[in-house]
Amino acid sequence: MRKLRVVIAKPGLDGHDRGAKVIARALRDAGMEVIYTGLRQTPEMIASAALQEDADCIGLSILSGAHNHIAPRLMELLREKGLDDVLVVIGGIIPDVDIPKLKEMGIKGIFLPGTPMQDIIEFINANVRARV
Amino acid sequence: MEKQGRWMVGRYNVRCMKTVAETGKARWQQETLEPALKKSPERAASFTTISGRPIETLYTAEDVEGIDYTRDVNNPGVFPYTRGIHPTGYRGKLWTMRQFAGFGTPEDTNARYKTLLKAGGTGLSVAFDLPTLMGRDPDHELSLGEVGKCGVSIMSLADMETLFDGIRLGDITTSMTINSPAAMIFAMYLVVAEKQGADWKKISGTIQNDILKEFIAQKEYIFPPRPSMRLITDIFGFCSERVPKWNTISVSGYHIREAGATAVQELAFTLRDGLEYVQWGVDAGLDVDAFVPQISFFFNAHSDFFEEIAKYRAARSLWAHAMRDRFHARNERSWKLRFHSQTAGVSLTAQQPYNNVVRTALQALSAVLGGTNSLHTNSLDEALALPTAEAATLALRTQQIIAHESGVANVVDPLGGSYFVERLTRDMEDGARAYFKTIDAMGGMVEAIERGFPQQEIAESSYRFQQSFERKEKIMVGVNAFVQQDDPPIEILYIDESTADTQLAKLEALKKTRNHDAVAQALDSLRAAARTTENLMPRIIDAVRAYATVGEMCDALREVWGEYEEVPII
Repeated sequence: MRKLRVVIAKPGLDGHDRGAKVIARALRDAGMEVIYTGLRQTPEMIASAALQEDADCIGLSILSGAHNHIAPRLMELLREKGLDDVLVVIGGIIPDVDIPKLKEMGIKGIFLPGTPMQDIIEFINANVRARV
Repeated sequence: MEKQGRWMVGRYNVRCMKTVAETGKARWQQETLEPALKKSPERAASFTTISGRPIETLYTAEDVEGIDYTRDVNNPGVFPYTRGIHPTGYRGKLWTMRQFAGFGTPEDTNARYKTLLKAGGTGLSVAFDLPTLMGRDPDHELSLGEVGKCGVSIMSLADMETLFDGIRLGDITTSMTINSPAAMIFAMYLVVAEKQGADWKKISGTIQNDILKEFIAQKEYIFPPRPSMRLITDIFGFCSERVPKWNTISVSGYHIREAGATAVQELAFTLRDGLEYVQWGVDAGLDVDAFVPQISFFFNAHSDFFEEIAKYRAARSLWAHAMRDRFHARNERSWKLRFHSQTAGVSLTAQQPYNNVVRTALQALSAVLGGTNSLHTNSLDEALALPTAEAATLALRTQQIIAHESGVANVVDPLGGSYFVERLTRDMEDGARAYFKTIDAMGGMVEAIERGFPQQEIAESSYRFQQSFERKEKIMVGVNAFVQQDDPPIEILYIDESTADTQLAKLEALKKTRNHDAVAQALDSLRAAARTTENLMPRIIDAVRAYATVGEMCDALREVWGEYEEVPII
């Protein structure tokens, strides 16, 4: 069985990448193949990366409050590209009131500050699509 | 062992060597500590600071041998200023209580400033939104969802006029956290001040203007390092003549620390950044003493109490030595390191948010005991959102309680002479000097950044901390210990999408009413000047007066200089 492939992306203008880098490294140490896109990715760039990299999971790191704009656009693009079975998770600062909306549009995991890395690793392993 | 190299115990030591030997640390460890440990061991196999620095059980006079009081520490107001730059500490003037604030439209933020000033705040500090920080107008693709979210949206001089409406810029000092487009925002401030009738020679405040730490940590860069450095030296040159009381740069360790650096890395990279700016200023033909007194610093007030105090004390000494000995500055004002501090955002927890008030109070206390010149205390709700007015007021009250109730401001450097703090201070200095050497050997900080050196060092420290947090070697109360399930939600500030609509409408209106030819001409001459070595500040001020937007001015320079793209390091 091939390794799980995870695209870690930092959308929007924000450059605070500590969380994205730490999780990228933790997932790599947990045996996953991690592709870190770097900063300032548009939803289009992230969807293309997921397609090119044959990703099983996309992890978005958003701290700026831009999730309500970025998440719907990304989910729409993933559907267009036939990537609706890719697990999408978000880590960052997300107000409670926004969580139901994000879940409804298909973001499976939302991880707030202080979440142990192990929880995220286990969540991805448990929720990623069945692989061939 | 030379007599001069001793600390405090000098006289006692020389006369009573036998007494010292008998009461020496080794003997104490053997005769007193070890039997005690056999009965009941310590709580942990080892004790470390939050940065991972090992801490011994006890510090005694022996730990400060080799530190000479006059040479290495000295009284406040005297080189190398370890104990402070002012002889009277806070007995003369308290630190400036400067609360960083900005959100939504300029109208929203203007109202918050008036609240903070009314509550006894003594300076303003502007937080800009991400499009402004990145030199993009709200109608740019990447501004989607970001307008007014992390700070106030400022597009042109018109917004700046609104931001400071009813606030006399001649009477207050303002700090502006702006880096890549610092020259443009500063130019707007100058024009607003001028319109209010304030004298540029008298106004004071700070622009962060520290691009090196953007490449290292916060990543809000636009242009490549070298033209970015040129913008900064242009500001140095302009201000030394035209705005002499302005702090032209706030060399910042705050973001470096937030990105995961240790205390020593924060100290070392920040001070080395400072040396880089001085070198570039000198290389641009400026006299050291003409611009160095306008350089200030900005440190993180993190959670490890004594390590932080030692960091601030070490910073003053390192800077004084570097300015006098490396750059041969003759003006004492060039030797004195002045700094702002802010409590650690990264230490705030979304869980049990009221605990953040206590964290912030302790962090603020360390900054005060370390001699900070101005201070921002974070609000309890900042792991969740930008602060509400109530939370921001409580944060300010925290400073006022330290200043007026605790008694710590009655005496200068109360921890000076503590064996532990003096030892830590020296260790911090040594650690920073070792980094200076490595970076010097690479050719300087710009070269070190281009090689990804500080970025890599920070990524390592950040991951190491995360691992020790996961193993519960480092505890965050309410997060990996003392967790509670039924956390009641607190009220938070929610920035809705109307800010973007308002700003977009204003932008459209502005573009219809301003003089197109004047804008185009000003931008053309900015572009042309960017290709030469002339000082760009006057060109930028002209463009600002014509109501050119931040995005337009930055685009003009993007066309000439290109944009920086980093190679991400995990």
